[in-house]
Amino acid sequence: MSFISYLINGISLGSVYAIIALGYTMVYGIAKMLNFAHGDVIMIGAYVVMTAIASAGLSPLAAVLLAIVFCTVLGVLIESVAYRPLLNASSSLAVLITAIGVSYLLQNVALLIFGANTKSFSSVVPVPALVLAGGKLTIAGETIATIISCVIIMVVLTLFIKKSKAGQAMLAVSEDKGAAQLMGINVNGTIALTFAIGSALAAVAGVLLCSAYPSLTPYTGAMPGIKAFVAAVFGGIGSIPGALIGGILLGVIEIFGKAYISSQMADAIVFGVLIIVLIVKPTGILGKNIQEKV
Amino acid sequence: MKKMNKTTKSNMVTYLMVIVIFIAVQAMVATGNVSSLLQGLLVPLCAYVILAVSLNLTVGILGELSLGHAGFMCVGAFTSAFFSKCAVEAIPAAGVRYLIALLIGAAAAGICGIVIGIPVLRLKGDYLAIVTLAFGEIIKNIVNILFIGKDSKGFHFSTKDSMSLGLEDGGTVIVNGPQGITGTPKDSTFVIGVVLILVTLFIVLNLMHSRSGRAIMAIRDNRIAAESVGINITKYKLMAFSVSAALAGVAGVIYAHNLATLTAQPKNFGYNMSIMILVFVVLGGIGNMRGSIIAAIILTLLPELLRGLSDYRMLIYAVVLIVMMLFNWSPKAIEWRERYLSRFRRKNNKSTKEAA
Amino acid sequence: MMKMRKALSAMLVAAMTMSLMAGCGSGSSDTGSSSGTSSAKEESSDEAVFKIGGIGPVTGGAAVYGEAVKNGSELAVKEINEAGGINGVQIEMDYQDDEHDAEKAVNAYNSLKDWGMHALLGTVTSAPCVAVGEVSKDDNIFMLTPSGTAVECVQYDNAFRVCFSDPMQGLESAKYIGEKGLAKKVAAIYDSSDVYSTGIYEAFVKEAENQDFEVVAAEAFTAEAKTDFSVQLQKAKDAGAELVFLPFYYTEASLVLKQAAGMDYAPIFFGCDGMDGILAVEGFDVDLANNLMFMSPFTPTSEDEAIQKFVKDYEEAYGSTPNQFAADAYDGIYAIKAAMEEKDITPDMSPSDICDAMKEAMVNITIDGVTAKGLTWEASGEPSKEPMVVKIEDGDYAVVE
Repeated sequence: MSFISYLINGISLGSVYAIIALGYTMVYGIAKMLNFAHGDVIMIGAYVVMTAIASAGLSPLAAVLLAIVFCTVLGVLIESVAYRPLLNASSSLAVLITAIGVSYLLQNVALLIFGANTKSFSSVVPVPALVLAGGKLTIAGETIATIISCVIIMVVLTLFIKKSKAGQAMLAVSEDKGAAQLMGINVNGTIALTFAIGSALAAVAGVLLCSAYPSLTPYTGAMPGIKAFVAAVFGGIGSIPGALIGGILLGVIEIFGKAYISSQMADAIVFGVLIIVLIVKPTGILGKNIQEKV
Repeated sequence: MKKMNKTTKSNMVTYLMVIVIFIAVQAMVATGNVSSLLQGLLVPLCAYVILAVSLNLTVGILGELSLGHAGFMCVGAFTSAFFSKCAVEAIPAAGVRYLIALLIGAAAAGICGIVIGIPVLRLKGDYLAIVTLAFGEIIKNIVNILFIGKDSKGFHFSTKDSMSLGLEDGGTVIVNGPQGITGTPKDSTFVIGVVLILVTLFIVLNLMHSRSGRAIMAIRDNRIAAESVGINITKYKLMAFSVSAALAGVAGVIYAHNLATLTAQPKNFGYNMSIMILVFVVLGGIGNMRGSIIAAIILTLLPELLRGLSDYRMLIYAVVLIVMMLFNWSPKAIEWRERYLSRFRRKNNKSTKEAA
Repeated sequence: MMKMRKALSAMLVAAMTMSLMAGCGSGSSDTGSSSGTSSAKEESSDEAVFKIGGIGPVTGGAAVYGEAVKNGSELAVKEINEAGGINGVQIEMDYQDDEHDAEKAVNAYNSLKDWGMHALLGTVTSAPCVAVGEVSKDDNIFMLTPSGTAVECVQYDNAFRVCFSDPMQGLESAKYIGEKGLAKKVAAIYDSSDVYSTGIYEAFVKEAENQDFEVVAAEAFTAEAKTDFSVQLQKAKDAGAELVFLPFYYTEASLVLKQAAGMDYAPIFFGCDGMDGILAVEGFDVDLANNLMFMSPFTPTSEDEAIQKFVKDYEEAYGSTPNQFAADAYDGIYAIKAAMEEKDITPDMSPSDICDAMKEAMVNITIDGVTAKGLTWEASGEPSKEPMVVKIEDGDYAVVE
């Protein structure tokens, strides 16, 4: 029985990673940049929800919507001020470093506004826990909500990219920026749209992360951000279903590693598996193999 | 000066810059014009400069993004501190002990570089970056669960806790898991640090301008073309990667012998540190050793000089970092700068010609 | 490309020389004022003050502890200054950030030395504390750590502490659980990447052998994976533990309690002084903490008048309930005051002379603080005070005899 309960916990943790990884992978796929500040946008989203409920007295749903709007604006702002000037820089590393700067900035702004004290985030998920097998297994409502939202977001995103004009533009930009521009696609606008979507996803991820693990500090986003980045690479960065698979697998491996091998070595195990996967399949589980042109 | 070719001249400028800074600082210390804060920063500065230069070898010359550089530093720091702590009584001469510690730290980190490099260097781009990050975190995780003790029967190892070492009475725990190594002799000095910077520069600059260095840069610029002219890709990649790792190990030795406590925390040996070193490299200019040195110095001093701003310190640091990046890398800013500086440079060129 | 690089390096050089000069400029003025040659007259003609330095993390993951110490010590300094200072001399406090990093802590220490610090309250966390201890010993500057719990924090004779040491907490916890017969089967969860947590855990397990209970499960977690505790709890549950020992901070403990409730596991939870403050977490569901026990020298709800006043003033000034860190810092400042008064220390003495006098004074003073009544120190640097066990009942702290 404990095996099943470990599995459920793994999926629960993994679904949170997956939803963060979705944002990572979207941005990477189109802008080809690792947005290290993504985890911190998540943290900001969670703070917005908390403040909106506690201070402004909004209903949870309204607070979540507010956070989505706030993070979307924040994401577009970050993109246009800090990232866009560097997208054509001679090295792609430049924008990576700026993203790190933005990450520090968001953490320290949050530290100044909200203070270092841990805040407990009261869950905004109205789903009740599912009790199975006569009370031996409980699946938390947050887990159910996270998995469902994750699947919904994935489906909607896939449809959006496949069916809508803007989605097609994203695909085109991710394939070849220059050619897309020649075809009359507004490249900067498309990238900004990607950041908007990615940041909106971050707000949702922030709410779900903090509902499942209700402690909020200015550094809450950093570690899940890195783990989700690992998850995105695991599944094949740039691939939307890959982010889901990578996230869930990462969560399950982390929990199983803790349970059956060593709780001290959990990180080493997670990263060890990642290395093995990448050595066997160098572009992640669902990553496309790109043929090198000579 | 005329006979020297351009690269030699450029190298000389780099060495000279380090020496001039060194002399200037020494002179100020001698005349008592340096605050204790700055004096305390001198040795860590040397370690960071070496880290930046060594990472620049991987990022700038080899052209691969590594996010696990702090891991190699960690290996160098822990192996050398372990040695020094064991040998404090056996080798009382600090100089000899430090030299051996240096060699051990560099060798251990270098070997790690080879072991990790063989699988990792098959990957490309961001995948390589994430795997180096993973290795860095694994190294940190392993160091944190390592317990080594010593008693009359020899060394005892454990990965659980210090009780399970089963030490006799009078045995000492040397590596105590997350508490790391305490009481490493404080052997690092500014002079040693500067000498090691010069050695590092010597190794890296010579490698860059040697036959191997040209092969490495050929791989960076076009791997397939390099392969087609018969360059052994794996060999040269591994060479650059392991030299870079060994030099990071040297920085680790300096770091470890400057503080009484050595613990592997996310802050000092985690991905945060790796990223910090990468920031030095990118800000200073990829492939530009002189730039790395300067960026490492500025970015290490900056948060310390901002101490007066207390709560706003790290905030301002972040803003300055973003602005500096935009200013140094954005194509528009570069264009603007070129225009602005062109007049000044023309004048400058004329005067150098006259001087020559 | 080449040109650009040249321009870039030229600019960087310029920036660097500027920053170096700025550093030296401020440095030289600092040393000037502290070395007491030229500006000593200035100082005495102005008004001499005691300069007490503080070091702790106010940014980074451990910022919550450094912030509490900062507030607690500032409050004490304010009170003392309003009451006339130490022997009529006002105190000035400078609190520096160390980001919970040994290297940054040494930098902070050096910067305080430039400022002319007479005595140090710090550092807050253990690993930085050991590193600063090493340099302060060489300079012979007195240091009193409010919350550095590792054994090595006070290994030199110039260092004292206000809090309990790690082994002592582990030992006392095990004794308490054994003697009160709280449980026969005990599980321990600890942070294997943290000095404080492993220190207590090891002492606890060692003492458990002498006590009438069995440690049935010992599970670790690390700083990188401290959101999910379901595995550790599941193992404790499967092993049939009636009590789970949690030697770590309340930030993570609040997650442990929530997850335990989620899996219908309700053993006795037992923590150490780091658990203090859990009820102050904004938005925390206090029902989860019912029957939580922990060892702490300080409870904000105590009836004691001094504590009441401290809690009230602190809440007014900083808008949150003080935790044990703030209380330790508050007592720390009063201890420094008492020791300075004991030996009639004056600000014109050198820090080294002050340190020698303080070392003698510390073992002679007794203070009635908020963390203990009749608090005294031994020459080893350890405080002698009785740990109290606190239990949370109906969302409030209650002292258990």
